[in-house]
Amino acid sequence: MADVMKLNVITPEKQFYEGDVTMVELTTTEGNIGVYPNHIPLTAVVAPGVLTIHEEGEKKQASLISGFITILPDSVTIMAEVAEWPDEIDFKRAEEARVRAERRLSSGEAGLDTLRAEMALKRALVRLELR
Amino acid sequence: MASMRDIKRRRASIQSTGQITKAMKLVSTVKLQRSRTKAESSKPYFNRMYETIASMLERSGAMDHKYLKAGAGGKKAVIAVTSNRGLAGGYNNNIVKLIMATPGLTAADTRIYAIGRKGRDGLARKGYEITADYSEVINEPLYQDASDLTNELLEAFERGEVSEIYLAYTSFKNTVVHIPRLVKLLPVDREAASGEAGDEPKARALMNYEPSTEAVLDMIIPKYMSSLIYGALLEAVASENGARMNAMDSATNNAEEMLGKLEIQFNRARQGSITQELTEIIAGANAIN
Repeated sequence: MADVMKLNVITPEKQFYEGDVTMVELTTTEGNIGVYPNHIPLTAVVAPGVLTIHEEGEKKQASLISGFITILPDSVTIMAEVAEWPDEIDFKRAEEARVRAERRLSSGEAGLDTLRAEMALKRALVRLELR
Repeated sequence: MASMRDIKRRRASIQSTGQITKAMKLVSTVKLQRSRTKAESSKPYFNRMYETIASMLERSGAMDHKYLKAGAGGKKAVIAVTSNRGLAGGYNNNIVKLIMATPGLTAADTRIYAIGRKGRDGLARKGYEITADYSEVINEPLYQDASDLTNELLEAFERGEVSEIYLAYTSFKNTVVHIPRLVKLLPVDREAASGEAGDEPKARALMNYEPSTEAVLDMIIPKYMSSLIYGALLEAVASENGARMNAMDSATNNAEEMLGKLEIQFNRARQGSITQELTEIIAGANAIN
């Protein structure tokens, strides 16, 4: 596996990840994609999901909530608004958020901000997936 | 000549003021270091965002997008980033002056979104309309705050209430140099953006957008605005502390200088009073003989 590309994951607070990778998997608004080196240039919007980084012989996972991705043949840049490594996630809080969002969605009360509740649920589920 | 007691009292008061300014200087030095690291660690995001937007706009050519053209009518919105506390030299006043000195940003057709109490009060006194006040934000800027503010501004922009959005903040160059800047956020300035894009050949590769160019722009421009605002907030905090550190440093120096002068005056007064006392004693002794 000599084929690698540069991956940069940047959040507003810091440089989240930088390194040579063989493949990246993530979720965009159009569905899950896996990016190998020499991909066609593409800019896409990120949807909440798990970011899987394949380094040579190693695999890392992180949650990726929102942002966008710019793919060039030799490099991938993810501008993430929110991204966390598994050890940065407060699983108890995520679990509570999941329960709360589910309750709110099933209560069906009037004036409920369904979209917001669904987003909250999605975020919680992504975080819990990394447990 | 002032009496010894007056000078003594004056000296004590200057001394305690000097102690306070010295302590404040130390506090802002520490805060400056912290806010500076924060501002610097957010730079990559900020820069990359700028590059992405610039290269997108360059390639999208004559695209017709709601965020790329000025709204008809409506006022101009200015986000004024200042501080909640004074004693920072000209820091707050420079922003107020910058806004007032810009042609087109008159009190009559400008709405101020204030971040920082000092700037809000200063602009309100000059007759500007303060639409919203986010002064709490400057104490501890979060990315979330920037994106909330962006959403509010974009809604106003889409409703046609504001036609242009500006951001006034103090950019942090180094510890002693802080430059007040006014940046146009919306409509995105295509000329300025593509002018600085640089001619990196790979940035010119044909880019595909998913789901569509419009949808991506819809998504990215708000993020671009939030990142600019967030970057501005962090830089402003660093500048504020830098400005306060300088102001307090010169205040401490001035206090020391004044103390030195008062010391001399005090000694003179003391000597004068001794001389006077002696003359009086001698005169008294002579009178008895």
